Amino acid sequence: MGDVLVFAEHQGGHLPKTTLTAIHAGAELAQKRGVKCLVVVASDSPDALAAELAKYGAAKVIALAHPALKNYLADAHAAALTALVKKIGAEYVLATATAIGKDLMPRLAARLGAPMASEIVGINDDGTLVRPMYAGNVLATIELDGPVKVVTVRGTAFDAAKPTGAAAAVEKQDAEIDSAACKTEFVSFNATKSDRPQLTEARIVVSGGRGLKSGDNFKIVLEPLVDEMGAAMGASRAAVDAGFVPNDLQVGQTGKVVAPELYVAVGISGAIQHLAGMKDSKIIVAINKDEEAAIFSVADYGLVADLFKAVPEMVDELKKVKQH
Amino acid sequence: MKILVPIKRVPDPATTIKVLPDGSGIDTANIKWVINPFDEIAIEEALRIKEKQSGEVVLVTIGQSTWQEQLRTGLAMGADRAILIKSDAPLDTLAISRILAKVAADEKPELILLGKQAIDDDSNQVGQMLAEMLGWPQATFASKVEFEGTKVKVTREADGGLETIAFNLPALVTTDLRLNEPRYASLPGIMKARKKELKEIPADTLGVDLAPRLKVKKLAAPSKRQAGKKVGSVAELVQVLHSEAKVI
Repeated sequence: MGDVLVFAEHQGGHLPKTTLTAIHAGAELAQKRGVKCLVVVASDSPDALAAELAKYGAAKVIALAHPALKNYLADAHAAALTALVKKIGAEYVLATATAIGKDLMPRLAARLGAPMASEIVGINDDGTLVRPMYAGNVLATIELDGPVKVVTVRGTAFDAAKPTGAAAAVEKQDAEIDSAACKTEFVSFNATKSDRPQLTEARIVVSGGRGLKSGDNFKIVLEPLVDEMGAAMGASRAAVDAGFVPNDLQVGQTGKVVAPELYVAVGISGAIQHLAGMKDSKIIVAINKDEEAAIFSVADYGLVADLFKAVPEMVDELKKVKQH
Repeated sequence: MKILVPIKRVPDPATTIKVLPDGSGIDTANIKWVINPFDEIAIEEALRIKEKQSGEVVLVTIGQSTWQEQLRTGLAMGADRAILIKSDAPLDTLAISRILAKVAADEKPELILLGKQAIDDDSNQVGQMLAEMLGWPQATFASKVEFEGTKVKVTREADGGLETIAFNLPALVTTDLRLNEPRYASLPGIMKARKKELKEIPADTLGVDLAPRLKVKKLAAPSKRQAGKKVGSVAELVQVLHSEAKVI
């Protein structure tokens, strides 16, 4: 049986929490199969990232280097990883289902001729995997059949790997990239400017829906609450569709899946597609003026109220609690 | 420009999905079937490109004869012709991608546009697999597609911002929500669609490997979250979050 290879995503030299989640899931899968968990990081200069990754319990970290790996591009990365997987004979290739993981892993699977399971939430002892379908209304138990298998994991379903106190060996390799495979050119990255925590990493998420009525109200009404709570800001698809906020704030089936300690849904009705992205949060609070809103069926604490009164009042009450 | 748009038939997003008691599938009684919403966005984008540059928009789907209905809807939106690859057996993403790669080899489109994911399986795989099988560049999660000479420039929804990449045709793009607002089929469009070409090809005549490599063993409903309690005021809410839930 071949080893488990975890693709460690980085964002401009920084390792997001979702990468540590992939390492944890990879270690769990390797342990259940009695094989080793290896980690690969790909970049034009991967040394510092590899040294950092070596702290998290992998059997080995492979630093895959090539000038074509400077920016993330699916075709070059898929070519480099395919060559590596074949060389080391890995049986599973695993990553977290981030924007990059979702973009890269199916391409890699096709290049390897391997079946792929997307966004798994569980690994069974018999080797079967569990994944949600139909906006999380169905949990499927599936089996992948082939010498190589590709898997992405849902970031909220696994813990993040922790430093073990020891450092794994780092092996530097020059990536083999077939230049004919590289047809994409990186033009630019326009980062959303925000001092707030990232949605998928925040302890508290405050999300707004169509009930906010405008993008201005997100700023004037919701953002003071977001910042008072030190939270990340999210939104329902309805709010994104209406143009109130950018799409990368979208929580739901086709947006981001979050599971913070506290999720506050403001003016969100609770469509199935939204619930799919937040129903595993530890504590859910809903503020909505419609007492029949579906969001109340998953909320631990519900407040039937006009958000335009309740949200500013909540900011004041939170300040009072802080003073005590 | 010739554009190929693979589409999938899925339950209407507003449908409540129930698992059959034996876990063998979902209960399909009373389901309204529609074009996968992201594929509708792909059809719309293809039509807009055709309206600017002229060309042809060809739809393709893989499924049973009843799936003709969704192809007709796409033809009524304005697509030129449609292909139904007939298969009664369940196919996994690798098989679907291989079939589409064969269709692309026969049709020779310059651009393939499809939804980033189908809202039934939520796999988000076929576009990327198909691009790799064809050896074409891909841009997933597109929110803007621009043409500059022979180049295509695509703005993508990435984590933490918008990324722009560029490549030459032929290429494949998968659509995200903000790319456009799909049109409705007009009455004349529906009338015209009846006369447009809709070709059926049995999947097993294409000579591609259709053996499933991803097997669904069983389906189950997830455990339901219980509704909690209603609080009477903002002050009470903050109080319970502080002293009962201890999250603030």
